[in-house]
Amino acid sequence: MTETVTKKLMLFFPKCECEKPIIYHLVKDYDLVVNVFRAKVTPEEEGYLVLDVTGAEENIDRAVEFVGTFNVTINAAGKGVTWDPDACTGCGHCVVHCPTGALHISDRATMEVAFDEEKCIECLACIRVCPYDVCASAF
Amino acid sequence: MKTYQEINDRIASGKAVVMTAEEIIDYVEGKGLEAAAAEVDVVTTATFGPMCSSGCVLNFGHSKPKIRMSEAWVEDVLAYTGLAAVDVFLGATQLRHNDPANMYPPGEFRYGGGHVMADLVAGKELQLFALSYGTDEYPLREIRTYFTIDDLNQAVMVNPRNCYQNYNVAINCSDRTLWTYMGKLEADCKNANYCSAGQLSPLLNDPLYETIGVGSSVWLAGAHGHVYAEGTQHAGGGGRNEYDVPTGGSGTLALSGDMKQMSPEFVRGVSLVGYGVSLGVGAGVPIPILNPGVLKRCCIRDEQIVAPITDYSSDYPNATGKVLGHVSYKQLKSGKIDVDGREVPVGSLSSYSKALKIAELLAAEIRSGDFLLSQPYAMLPADTNMKPLKVRDKTT
Ligand code: SF4
Ligand code: SF4
Repeated sequence: MTETVTKKLMLFFPKCECEKPIIYHLVKDYDLVVNVFRAKVTPEEEGYLVLDVTGAEENIDRAVEFVGTFNVTINAAGKGVTWDPDACTGCGHCVVHCPTGALHISDRATMEVAFDEEKCIECLACIRVCPYDVCASAF
Repeated sequence: MKTYQEINDRIASGKAVVMTAEEIIDYVEGKGLEAAAAEVDVVTTATFGPMCSSGCVLNFGHSKPKIRMSEAWVEDVLAYTGLAAVDVFLGATQLRHNDPANMYPPGEFRYGGGHVMADLVAGKELQLFALSYGTDEYPLREIRTYFTIDDLNQAVMVNPRNCYQNYNVAINCSDRTLWTYMGKLEADCKNANYCSAGQLSPLLNDPLYETIGVGSSVWLAGAHGHVYAEGTQHAGGGGRNEYDVPTGGSGTLALSGDMKQMSPEFVRGVSLVGYGVSLGVGAGVPIPILNPGVLKRCCIRDEQIVAPITDYSSDYPNATGKVLGHVSYKQLKSGKIDVDGREVPVGSLSSYSKALKIAELLAAEIRSGDFLLSQPYAMLPADTNMKPLKVRDKTT
């Protein structure tokens, strides 16, 4: 049995590709479990989609290849939400509002704040509560 | 017993023994108070957080022909021009022109005076727009130009209130989310926020104002500044706990420093959703170890400092003076506090990690002989209380 892995992807759909049922094929043809964090279609009819895919590694690779055959930009780093470590003051205000612990205090002695990207579900709470404009959304 | 002069001589010769207010705790415990007091010259304290009572005085120099600015905006943020011709005062909480504020609450408050100050220190190019009624010697009626901090003759930060000695822990007992200067407070006491560097905080390490006074040299966002007055709302009187931590009113400091010497890391624009804009600024204050008593009070620990838990849905806005209880900074920094038997997660608005960095930077500057202390020429009052604003009829 092949091991299942989870990968985070951020997809950008230009106007012409927005209406294609790509997610359907990921599930149906590549046997992937899909967990969509965030999706948005802009007024220009461009689309953004941030999702986790879970399945056999070779299926994920084939699925990424399949998505690549469309005019879709794949950002495998999946950074829909970014945190700028140099700009962060370490105030900790975001920490209690982050539902998953992605933003957390890494050391209670020095009260340093750190960001665990893997845990981020892109709820955008931190973007609103950070007083120093440290967190940003790609879309 | 040491004098300011002896301490400064040791600093100047590069021999001063300097520790942060965090390091000194264990050091004194190991060494004993008397021996440590003889050895240690300076303890550094620090704080970093939003300081709403902040602003700056800018001098633009004269244009050709000259203008006597009667209204001025920097990056569309209104500056006060009721000073000399090309002097303005820009306040940290001033909103950018046309910001919808809380028209559709809670507002975002993206840019204001604090951001202008941060951009200035960061060396960015900013727009000045000014109007005038025109006079014989200042004929120009309107000016629009661009400048950086290097183009200004002076850019001086003033903090009429900084380094609050102690502060509330904010909580929200109502059934709707509050957006305050203490951050986002979820309904039904689901979180709490505090704002102090606790055991690193300047006036908690000199709670009786024995060394920090008017004229004391301070580190303000990287510049060498000073205490120019007692801070606004300074209330040195009132109760103290067994460690001299204020339980009622608190002391504050008014600080000033040259923005041209400041580091952008410690001058930051603040946007608080639903509340407004402000300035995040870092300050460090050195405490000369004149005698064992001064040192003893520098050994204050987070567990000895308590802050009142205040309901920002009713007791704070209505100034009832009621508190829901007290917690120590040790509990606050653990990330959870107990409120009426319920565990409540806590966050903060001030940054302990930045305060620690400032205390270390200041200690390094003093050790290297670059930062001398100055003896205050007036002490802060220890017997005053804060007066409320009374709404009354004219008496005469
Ligand atoms: S977007 Fe949400 S989950 Fe991600 S770091 Fe911010 S608050 Fe946490
Ligand atoms: S609220 Fe902003 S500045 Fe404060 S710790 Fe979080 S990301 Fe950093």
